[in-house]
Amino acid sequence: MIRFDQATKRYPDGTVAVDTLELEAPSGKITVLVGPSGCGKTTSLRMINRMIEPTSGTIWLDDTDTASMPAHELRRQIGYVIQHAGLFPHRTIVDNIATVPFLLGTDKKKARARAMELLERVGLDPAFAKRYPAQLSGGQQQRVGVARALAADPPVMLMDEPFSAVDPVVRDQLQDEFLRLQGELGKTIVFVTHDIDEAIKLGDQVAVLRVGGHLAQLAAPAELLSRPVDAFVAGFVGRDRGYRALGFSSAGTIPTRDEPTVAMGESLPTGGDEWLLAVDGSGAPQGWLHLTDEPHGAVVEDPMLYRGGTLATQGGTLRSALDACLSSPSGRGVVIDESGRLVGSTTAREVLALIEAQVEGAVT
Amino acid sequence: MTALIPLASASSSPWHFFAYFMDNTSKVLGLLWAHTWLSVVPVVIALILALPLGWLARRYQWAYPPMMSLTGLLYTIPSIALFVLVPPILGLDPLSPLQVPIALTLYSLALLVRVVADGLAAVPQETAQAATALGYKPLGLFFRVELPIAVPVIAAGLRVAVVANVSIVTVAGTIGFKNLGQLFDEGFKLSTDTPYYPPIVLGIILCVLLALALDGLVLLGSRMLTPWRRAVRA
Repeated sequence: MIRFDQATKRYPDGTVAVDTLELEAPSGKITVLVGPSGCGKTTSLRMINRMIEPTSGTIWLDDTDTASMPAHELRRQIGYVIQHAGLFPHRTIVDNIATVPFLLGTDKKKARARAMELLERVGLDPAFAKRYPAQLSGGQQQRVGVARALAADPPVMLMDEPFSAVDPVVRDQLQDEFLRLQGELGKTIVFVTHDIDEAIKLGDQVAVLRVGGHLAQLAAPAELLSRPVDAFVAGFVGRDRGYRALGFSSAGTIPTRDEPTVAMGESLPTGGDEWLLAVDGSGAPQGWLHLTDEPHGAVVEDPMLYRGGTLATQGGTLRSALDACLSSPSGRGVVIDESGRLVGSTTAREVLALIEAQVEGAVT
Repeated sequence: MTALIPLASASSSPWHFFAYFMDNTSKVLGLLWAHTWLSVVPVVIALILALPLGWLARRYQWAYPPMMSLTGLLYTIPSIALFVLVPPILGLDPLSPLQVPIALTLYSLALLVRVVADGLAAVPQETAQAATALGYKPLGLFFRVELPIAVPVIAAGLRVAVVANVSIVTVAGTIGFKNLGQLFDEGFKLSTDTPYYPPIVLGIILCVLLALALDGLVLLGSRMLTPWRRAVRA
């Protein structure tokens, strides 16, 4: 547990970066600090490991006042990940990861063995161990940064916009893997971002800060979306918050109807609907075929497919169910099971009925 | 000092430097050896002194401009004047064998303080920050992270310093200190009626070879310390 107790950071010129912050980051949970630039989120984070010393107030790490021990000892107990990873360019990947164990005096062989373990844990090929940071892509470097922060198995991790500098596809991947890793490790994490979508995706609780270092609202993501406390939070959370809030509601069992399909490499049947779903050998949907575009009896090949539609997983969220319908060129949302095989199709009308049923259920 | 006397048969043609060398081998090698020491030791001492000074110039931003002006100013003092000025300023005997190495150390220091400060400035900010956040103490941060990353910049400065030293040392030779500079002095002295080139040419050749060898050594050392710079994206 990390607790800010009246923590304030005031600079000599009078600027207040963080103003009497009261905040608790519970053990084993991800607390996200989010807000516009100048809201003091990074300053708050850095006060935890004393990269920045608070002007007044106390920051507690469980029952210990963080100011009561030498800064370097405090820091060795706290994992730290930053935006550009900040790897040591002159050290191999394995030695980068083993940094903190080396500092703590762990036997070199043991520290490297642990580093190799972590390398795989963050999804990197062990062949990377002997390379240097410059030989890795930005996303790979960021994984190494996470592994380095985990090397001494610290109970607490601080993450300062760790995924902001990578492209959106890689960012999405890194976020998913981060959540998977946290599911296994259960660290106490404080995570800073300026991206509200990232905050909502990753946070167990989200602290929205406003300029001047004031805490505007601390809430679970779903509550933040449904009950922003004031106009500032509402504006920051964004206009489509109603739609995004669906991402926190399970769709339960989506009613589906059987969808005729054609397998890749087979000939198109005649007749039937204007749109036909193509599947592969295992029954996983591949894309839609627009029959009026194609000559009769044509063999189904990749370039003919419309791939715009997203897929809803049976048992997934209302958001993914509705999105599957809205994004489908045929207007029919494709529902799959957990192994990726086609279950059937649904419509926006049916998903809306599910949403309304849930709203009524919540009201009564 | 003992004059180097050419054999009567030796020609004064510049191309007869090799004959001159063969006739005075042990003498010339002694000069080369002394020259090597005078070129290397001051640079090594200057580097050791430049590390804390460069760190200070980097750490305290206000110290950088005055330190750079001061070291720049030092470089504008002609070397021969500095050789002469060092003993009275430091209270040494006017013919103290230390005056030349001290003056050379000052020159190298002037160059290397800037080089060290700039090398440290080239360390990515996020790298230094990450090191601190992971729990490095200031000394560990300097020696284990910042300095190794600054090696390429510092080595580039060392190459300039060592080569410049090879050249400046010869000036001390002309005022009587034992090194390859004495060969130039010798050539001038023997050029009475007609110019006598062989020792001069030999001195130039040996200086160039020495400079190349020392430059190569620094380059080699730098490459051995920085395997990471040659690692290219696979």
